[in-house]
Amino acid sequence: MQALIVDDSRAVRAMVGRIVRELGFTVMEAGNGVEALRRLAEAGPVEVALVDWNMPEMSGVEFVSAARAIPAYAAMRIVMVTSESELERVTTALDAGANEYLMKPFDAEALRDKLMLAGVAVD
Amino acid sequence: MGISPADFDFVRAIVRTDSAIVLEPGKEYLVESRLLSLARAEGAGSVDAVIDALRQRPTGELRYKVVEAMTTNETSFFRDITPFDALRLHIIPDLMSRRADRQQLRIWCGAASTGQEPYSLAMLLREHFPALHSWRVTITATDLSRTVLAKARAGRFSQLEVNRGLPAPLLVKYFEREGVAWRVKPVLRDMIAFREMNLVGPWTVPDADLILLRNVLIYFDVATKRQILGNLRRILSPNGYLLLGSAESTMNIDDTFRRVLVGRMTSYQPLTTRGQAA
Repeated sequence: MQALIVDDSRAVRAMVGRIVRELGFTVMEAGNGVEALRRLAEAGPVEVALVDWNMPEMSGVEFVSAARAIPAYAAMRIVMVTSESELERVTTALDAGANEYLMKPFDAEALRDKLMLAGVAVD
Repeated sequence: MGISPADFDFVRAIVRTDSAIVLEPGKEYLVESRLLSLARAEGAGSVDAVIDALRQRPTGELRYKVVEAMTTNETSFFRDITPFDALRLHIIPDLMSRRADRQQLRIWCGAASTGQEPYSLAMLLREHFPALHSWRVTITATDLSRTVLAKARAGRFSQLEVNRGLPAPLLVKYFEREGVAWRVKPVLRDMIAFREMNLVGPWTVPDADLILLRNVLIYFDVATKRQILGNLRRILSPNGYLLLGSAESTMNIDDTFRRVLVGRMTSYQPLTTRGQAA
């Protein structure tokens, strides 16, 4: 199983990466939405993308919309992982095609819960 | 320096008397940690000060607070998901077909803690069983602790709490922001009656078609488990369902229940005479 972590913070990518590796995923990383789409085009769809909201070049929700417009990524699960905690933001992300929404700060259990809720098989 | 053996015995005797919770030797660290939190909350300065005050006035409000401090309130929305799958796919449909003539469904969540379980159940009913809108559905949620009941009744949860197990579409639908917290909307809050009840005190809950008493019996000795299961048997309707925690069972404690596998979940139903299902 492969996870794509999209976040402009290297520290957050490392932290999220540690958690999902422990859950059995191999990890790809991208620093923004444009880079994430490029990585997907190169490597093919992943099981799940964990996506921050605020990033340079292309935001997380723009990435979600762009990815959902590509049929090859239809089965890819997308979990927003963001400090944006307004109700409208959650609604916007779900409407764009995100499967789940996790608000920072969070712990490993919460991320695991959200992966399961998104339909990702987790041990 | 840790809590003395005499103080530990004093506290655990009170806890045992008032709540039947068994604090085995080896749980000194737990008692000390919980009493330290209470000492801070009460401005008492130290664990010893709390215990001294309790010795001087062993029947006062502090006694209740000490017992309350020893309860474990670990919970989350849709905890262990398997029971909720079983409820959605098997148990609620079965109860609806059996209760169709009366159009009444009575549910009790015992030891409901801060309310995530009854609210999860209320969301499940609203999302998947619209026919129940015209039924008389009662969800009674009880706990020993007034503090957790007050939080449950308010329906106000932190971001960390709504991050745990709550699907984002349900967050959007059934919660609203209130400052930095998230509050359950009245449409759910109005479905649940929260009440204080001690499982080893007088039982004040009405008869029920479905009882959730998960991860509670593990804290009691066999005699107390037997007493509680006997009470459960008396209020559980024929063909009703009892859900316990995954590490709990009626087996070898009370033989008036039969195990029923629903999906991947073990549930319990009352037996009538001679081992027959009701």
